[in-house]
Amino acid sequence: MPSRILNGLWKLTWVEAKIFAREPMGLVGTLFMPVVVFVLLGRAFAPAKLVGPPHPPGASASALEGLPFNLAILSALVIAINAAQSLIAIMSIYREGGILKRLRATPLSPVTILGAHVVLKLAFTTISLTLLVLAGRRLFPGVIQVNVLSFGAAVLLGTLSILSLGFVLASLVPTPRFAQLIGAAAFYPMLALSGLFFPFDRLPLAFRTIAFVLPTTHAVALLQGVWDSSGWMAHWVNAAMLLALFGAYSALSTKVFRWE
Amino acid sequence: MSESRAVISVSNLGKRFGRTIAVDDVSLEVREGEIFGLIGPNGAGKTTTMECVEGHRVPDRGTITVLGLDPRRDGTELRQRIGVQHQEAQLQKRIKVWEAVDLWSSLYARAVDGEALLERLGLEGKRNAWFMTLSGGQKQRLFIALALIHEPEVVFLDELTTGLDPQARRAIWGLVTGIRDRGATVFMTTHLMEEAERLCDRVAILEHGRLIEVGTPEELVRKHCPERSVVFTSDDADIAARLRAMPAVLEATSEGAMHTIRGQGDDFVTDVINAVAREGIRVRGFRTEIPTLEDVFLKLTGHRVRD
Repeated sequence: MPSRILNGLWKLTWVEAKIFAREPMGLVGTLFMPVVVFVLLGRAFAPAKLVGPPHPPGASASALEGLPFNLAILSALVIAINAAQSLIAIMSIYREGGILKRLRATPLSPVTILGAHVVLKLAFTTISLTLLVLAGRRLFPGVIQVNVLSFGAAVLLGTLSILSLGFVLASLVPTPRFAQLIGAAAFYPMLALSGLFFPFDRLPLAFRTIAFVLPTTHAVALLQGVWDSSGWMAHWVNAAMLLALFGAYSALSTKVFRWE
Repeated sequence: MSESRAVISVSNLGKRFGRTIAVDDVSLEVREGEIFGLIGPNGAGKTTTMECVEGHRVPDRGTITVLGLDPRRDGTELRQRIGVQHQEAQLQKRIKVWEAVDLWSSLYARAVDGEALLERLGLEGKRNAWFMTLSGGQKQRLFIALALIHEPEVVFLDELTTGLDPQARRAIWGLVTGIRDRGATVFMTTHLMEEAERLCDRVAILEHGRLIEVGTPEELVRKHCPERSVVFTSDDADIAARLRAMPAVLEATSEGAMHTIRGQGDDFVTDVINAVAREGIRVRGFRTEIPTLEDVFLKLTGHRVRD
């Protein structure tokens, strides 16, 4: 029985991957868009100023040269948010077309049906991130010092948490036409509150409280920690929060997710 | 067939959505090896009833057993033994026909040969086509293939031919009788009375969520609309007057060369033919008008299915 579940998950993921690859706009947008943004912005500013840590301990943001934020972390977050937006769009299209309902009428479990999309999004995130790293190495040789595996793991954990929020948002989307709108309306303010552009502790208390239950905030903190080489241990709270939010949003989506 | 065991039993099923009563105290049985049709206009509660039976909706009241299983409690086991086709369903736009069949066949404990199934349904030439490029009839044939991939014992077909042209519809009808002939039970819904008449061994008429009549199409017609008409084209002007005296005749009217004799009883048509022969009436044209399920529906509800 478990082998059939795994087989079903694998088959569905593989079919969904092929279907996604047949949609030229989706594929290009997902894999290359964040890299293109990274390269264009990177070209526009001096490389050495680009990727320096924005808020090293003891330094204020205004004291830094170049961009007031970490472009690499922004690009990674754009990848994760892209994945979640694509997830919301796919879920709304599948729901409207009765595809989710049809899949539910098979022996596939609900978790497998949705899990296939999570696996797929994480796989595409990995590819996109790899492209980002390759572009970074080529554009700014010697500047990027970060541990790529550690950074990648943090991005995947953040993406997982953001995707689980995506399933909750997907249940709020009435028709596919609203998917992009609701996704953007939810994720861009989250990005603004994430601490990437303004230090987290300068936000008003109400915003900080909201930001605390948003995966983007903890993803940014963890990624900055990895970037600064302070590492996972120093940011275990953020990693734990990403996992906890993943659990909480997943549990919530089992209650609110609409299949039809 | 009439004494076969029941594979679906529904008793006192009730379901409401907000204030709307979708299904109101419906009880029915579907017997092994028959094609059973739920018929009625859109919004009569056909799909809701079917989805409760499939286990996709939770009824508010009533009990349902399918193949001896409770669709909600034993859903996992039941899904291995039933096949479903949903009304107006779609698949992923860019999934290929063979990929869908391959995916579906991997989900069941046992599955038939997908290629042979595609051939049987006339889709072998489309195995590499994307779903979005298929015609309406081809899409429905693919959905039938997905519903049959694991040789289910009961097949649920919801408004299978809605939106298809007459030719595609007829082709699908042949496939549905084929499902029954291979030993499966078919539980279907339709708002097309002609379809129900052609396909269904028994039908249940649903109106505003209530089941108002069950039986074979012939039984229902005989019971509720026993009248039939014989229409002659003849230059014999007093044909109506001469046949009006027959005991089974209720009414005989003439309009130019067209003469309509209306009566009732199984022997009515034979009696009219005999009378015409006996009277030596010369006839240029002859046809009978026998009531259909459409007429039964009109009689029982006071309106047409399409209204």
